[in-house]
Amino acid sequence: MKSSVITFPGSNCDRDMDVALKKFGFKNKMVWHADAELPKSDLVVLPGGFSYGDYLRCGSMASKSKIMQSVINFANSGGMVMGICNGFQILVETGLVPGVLLRNKYLEFICKNVFVKINDKKNKYFKNVDNEVLEFHIAHNEGNYFCTNDQLKEIEDNNQIAINYCDENGKIEDQFNPNGSLKNIAGIFNKEKNVLGMMPHPERMIDTSLSGEDGSLFFKNLINNLK
Amino acid sequence: MIVNEQVAVDHGLKKDEYAKICELLKRTPNITELGIFSAMWNEHCSYKSSRLHLKKLPTKGKKVIQGPGENAGVIDIEDNDAIVFKIESHNHPSFIEPYQGAATGVGGIMRDVFTMGARPIANLNSIHFGSPQNKKTKNLLRGVVHGIGGYGNCMGVPTIAGQTSFDSSYNGNILVNAMTLGLVKKDKIFYSKAAGLNKPVIYVGSKTGRDGIHGASMASASFDEKIEEKKPTVQVGDPFTEKLLLEACLELMAGDSIIAIQDMGAAGLTSSSIEMASKGNLGIEINLNKVPCRETKMTPYEIMLSESQERMLIVLENGKEEQAKKIFDKWNLDFAVIGKTTKSKKIELYFDEEKVADIPVNTLVENSPMYDRKWKKAKLPKKNKIKKEDIKHLKIIDVLKKILANPNVCSKEWIWQQYDHTVMGDTIQKPGGDAGVVRVHGTNKAVAASVDSSAVYCWAHPLTGGKQVVCESFRNLISVGAKPIAITNCLNFGSPENEENMGEFVECVRGIGEASDYLSFPVVSGNVSFYNQTKDQGIKPTPAIGGVGLIKDYKNMITMEFKEVDNLVLVIGKTEGHIDQSLFARNILDEKNGPPPEVNLFNEKNNGETLLKLIDNNLIKSAHDVSLGGIITAVSKMCIKGKKGINIKKPKYLINEIEYFFAEDQGRYIIEINKKDFKIVADILHKNAVHFDELGTINENELYINDKTKVIIDELSTSNKNWFTNYMSK
Repeated sequence: MKSSVITFPGSNCDRDMDVALKKFGFKNKMVWHADAELPKSDLVVLPGGFSYGDYLRCGSMASKSKIMQSVINFANSGGMVMGICNGFQILVETGLVPGVLLRNKYLEFICKNVFVKINDKKNKYFKNVDNEVLEFHIAHNEGNYFCTNDQLKEIEDNNQIAINYCDENGKIEDQFNPNGSLKNIAGIFNKEKNVLGMMPHPERMIDTSLSGEDGSLFFKNLINNLK
Repeated sequence: MIVNEQVAVDHGLKKDEYAKICELLKRTPNITELGIFSAMWNEHCSYKSSRLHLKKLPTKGKKVIQGPGENAGVIDIEDNDAIVFKIESHNHPSFIEPYQGAATGVGGIMRDVFTMGARPIANLNSIHFGSPQNKKTKNLLRGVVHGIGGYGNCMGVPTIAGQTSFDSSYNGNILVNAMTLGLVKKDKIFYSKAAGLNKPVIYVGSKTGRDGIHGASMASASFDEKIEEKKPTVQVGDPFTEKLLLEACLELMAGDSIIAIQDMGAAGLTSSSIEMASKGNLGIEINLNKVPCRETKMTPYEIMLSESQERMLIVLENGKEEQAKKIFDKWNLDFAVIGKTTKSKKIELYFDEEKVADIPVNTLVENSPMYDRKWKKAKLPKKNKIKKEDIKHLKIIDVLKKILANPNVCSKEWIWQQYDHTVMGDTIQKPGGDAGVVRVHGTNKAVAASVDSSAVYCWAHPLTGGKQVVCESFRNLISVGAKPIAITNCLNFGSPENEENMGEFVECVRGIGEASDYLSFPVVSGNVSFYNQTKDQGIKPTPAIGGVGLIKDYKNMITMEFKEVDNLVLVIGKTEGHIDQSLFARNILDEKNGPPPEVNLFNEKNNGETLLKLIDNNLIKSAHDVSLGGIITAVSKMCIKGKKGINIKKPKYLINEIEYFFAEDQGRYIIEINKKDFKIVADILHKNAVHFDELGTINENELYINDKTKVIIDELSTSNKNWFTNYMSK
């Protein structure tokens, strides 16, 4: 399986993602933001970081970058595109997934482990994951998902919510919501479910010595689903 | 502008220093030259009050590749890998503008590290605030934490450990010390020594603006009521540009075109150019019209003294300009050839085709003032006798809860959750333990780092305090299973012109020297911050020690949380019952006098090395050093983190319970071992003449003391965790 990780000048999880993808069998290429062409890929990843500094709305400048036109075309033709953290923010700015990401409710950066409940498994990202709940890691300042009531209705009708923040038993409640996200939304799909944006970083959970191993589960499953 | 003695004094120079400048130049300096002298001769850049004493620190060792004098120290961690590290203060700017002050402190120290060719792999910080009740404390704390996070998080470098304390002596002078570790190949280290004639001098990075002009001079002055007026001298950070600068510099460094490189930190273009020329015994000629400027009509004086961030100066090989420029173009950074190296041994500056400065380099560096300041020796205070009736009514559990909720002991999760501590995917020990640990990417090795200070001990007796801080750093590294290699120090003190403050400095440095020499734990880099005082009131002496150690196989790393029910818990090191200057004495008995705990370097070394032996033999399940709050506080933290309890019994010493549990004697660790290993562990400890106590056995969830008092661990955990969140949300 071939993957591509887009490197924006301020990306800082691009190497981590490269390490994770390779560990689970992807042939990964790093693609520079100023390039126009995407290499042939089975999966494109927009990694975490601060794309162009994000002094403007997070991800807004990146969404207009040269490579993103190719990524948008790739996604619109059904290609698998996954945005993690800043990558999610970029996806929202391109309109590939609905909604916006506001500053965290308590106006503070949060770096910690969280639990997420998988809401929908009828997609190539979570199909065949045995667990209902995964332990992931978040590290962000703007992960507070928000959308209009009409959008929310559409999202729910189409089952576009990918994962929700919850406790270890899968209970989705306000107290387990780290950043104030609407409906505890941690990740969301486009209508066709080939595009996934999520705040948690599975690439930081690929080794027992790190924060945990549920990221390994995610990547192993992902490559199998793509085969 | 005409330069005279008054103008020089306004620049922070003393009258006799101004006279010396005129004598060295054999004429009156012009305003640009005076600005340059004032920047180079202030305390911050010249170390004029401290040099004499710093020279006595042990700086060499088998593992030391580069000691003090470069942008940062470098140590060998084998297999052609080296760690570059340093700690630096950004105290004054952080008090005036906490967010930007702290942020640029972090940016500055990372630049020091990647200037040497190393990719930063971990950040740490030591931050100290006034009393929680002081009305400024909360905002300063919030600003500093946001600033540190804002910069480090954007750079994508994990913040893996730190230290936070509160003391009213910091009410008017907070401390913000930032430390960075970087990883480099031993044969790809870059230095700041220029070499060769007519080599192009290149400016890269952000444009120069009017921010931070005279920042280094501000850092060398005391605060008064007008401090708010100094806001414009605080630099503004741009972590995104720094990230670009990091990547661009590392890309350029992969080739062979750089002769020397130096970041523009304190005193900006002035100190960087002079540093490179001085080390290379050369001259440098700069055309200031070529310096990329952010604002219009900047004068030579402003350009030379600006402390705009995210800039570097490079001496390149001839003919490599185009190739280098391409890299900086790719990263959208300014690149300008602004001058060349010369044989004149002078700094010669041109502006609008006129020579605006002409100063022999040695007058700025070798001839800079050096003072043997008067200092007062501190007496060892007399021991207090604790009266039985003072402690009779105290209940251990109540006292323990108070101590666990003390601002200096309580959990600092509120702080470190705001720092990205897991980016780069190699953080194997997060903040909240004895030391932070990161793997050396792609290898089995890991590097541990800790930052420590004990202002109360240093204040009570500077010599003992200086030793103690080094020992604590040593212990923290050993507690995670790392072999301590070297330290960096950030020496935060009051005014060197005050004999008592100077005495604190001299004796703390002596203490640091003695301990680091004895423990073979040399000082490889550091920074001095004087004038941490408001009006006449200096801070408590606060040398912060950043220690670095190596774990050869990261799978052998030790953490502090209790692991398994029924395991045995021992205390390594003897408890004599030293209560003076302990958290217990100061906060429970309200007794602020008396000597700090004595430091016995033999025991420190022997206990620590023996524990490393036990760790090497896979006999240790968890370990934690005993510090603030004594044995019971240390054990409670291990319970809280491991969600386990313990049955403990005071050994049959002569000292009473309170002394046994709350004393802050040095050289002690708590360790957890499997019951079946007891004999072999006891043998090793006996053989090495290490005293130990059998403290107790791990249980499910209760702290049970001497079979009579008990408390559920969750209750202790609540005491420990709630203080900070409650304080910040009020």
